[in-house]
Amino acid sequence: MVVKRVGRLTGLQRDVLSLYRSCLRAIRKKPPESKRNFLIFARRQFEQHIDISKSDFTTIEYLLRKGHHQLETYSNDGVRNIAV
Amino acid sequence: MNTCRTSLAAMSSVIAGSVPRMMSSTMRAGAISTVRGMATATSEPARAASSPRMKKFKIYRWNPDEPTSKPSMQDFEVDLNECGPMMLDAIIKIKNEQDATLTFRRSCREGICGSCAMNINGTNTLACLCRIDTDLTQTTKVYPLPHMFVVKDLVPDLTQFYKQYKSIKPYLQRTDYPEDGKENLQSIEDRKKLDGLYECILCACCSTSCPSYWWNQSEYLGPAILLQTYRWLADSRDQATEARKLALENSMSLYRCHTIMNCSRTCPKGLNPGLAIAQIKKSMSL
Repeated sequence: MVVKRVGRLTGLQRDVLSLYRSCLRAIRKKPPESKRNFLIFARRQFEQHIDISKSDFTTIEYLLRKGHHQLETYSNDGVRNIAV
Repeated sequence: MNTCRTSLAAMSSVIAGSVPRMMSSTMRAGAISTVRGMATATSEPARAASSPRMKKFKIYRWNPDEPTSKPSMQDFEVDLNECGPMMLDAIIKIKNEQDATLTFRRSCREGICGSCAMNINGTNTLACLCRIDTDLTQTTKVYPLPHMFVVKDLVPDLTQFYKQYKSIKPYLQRTDYPEDGKENLQSIEDRKKLDGLYECILCACCSTSCPSYWWNQSEYLGPAILLQTYRWLADSRDQATEARKLALENSMSLYRCHTIMNCSRTCPKGLNPGLAIAQIKKSMSL
């Protein structure tokens, strides 16, 4: 899902990147000692689906929904750290 | 799905006349299902042993752990002689004996919790209140609630539905309280206005049967939530009526209802969300 080639991005690819950026933004608000853990976790969530074909819309859309849901859960202030 | 809707229409008109009696008898049947199942087995042992009544089920399967795989229909066969009378009994039997990975929500098995809402033979209903069709030549198809994102197999994602329920502030709002510090009293006539509204168990069968809700899920509240809105508008003890009406004063929240009435046809509890929405519309225009 992560785009290595520079060029015009499809809407779906932009959605994925924007989700990744919101993850990074959410991580900034976490306590300094656990930021690294959150970053590793977030990157792993994206990387484990890295070989999904970019034309497999339904799967990418499902993963985007799941990602947004996870982001909403983990960006809660009550979540102080994450085990990786 | 359309053909099934028509047969449903016929069915619901039959039910409509005697809702309370129908409900209580179905629920009782559900509650004693295991006992009855055993009684049948002992009273007719010869028949049970000689001819198993194998019923075919086609059940929607999708596993989120393999996101690239497509949803599929899986076939199961259940011997109705060894199974309770309701769809939920059959599904639980399949999960116990054939495929433990089959995933669905269930809790009370008597139509009170609303967990087991699913689409059975094209009709949104509660699996625990839906009798198994005893015609052995027909395959019964089971899908999750239509037009909802699927979490797994028969489990739909109801997050949006619950968010909408939260947005209508479904609790008593008052500015002043009785001077004796006790409960807010209500006349018997005022209490009667809540009959047919308070029974709703929020199973989401009606909302997910509404085409208008399918297309505008993000903004239109849907019949179940609007029924609840009306439940609080109609409550004589609630003092936030104006604020509640003001919240509906836009083109999407309420007015996406085009009186399609699938909601009232499908409601497994025999309620009438369509009527409640009409009442809201009437009170908004007066």
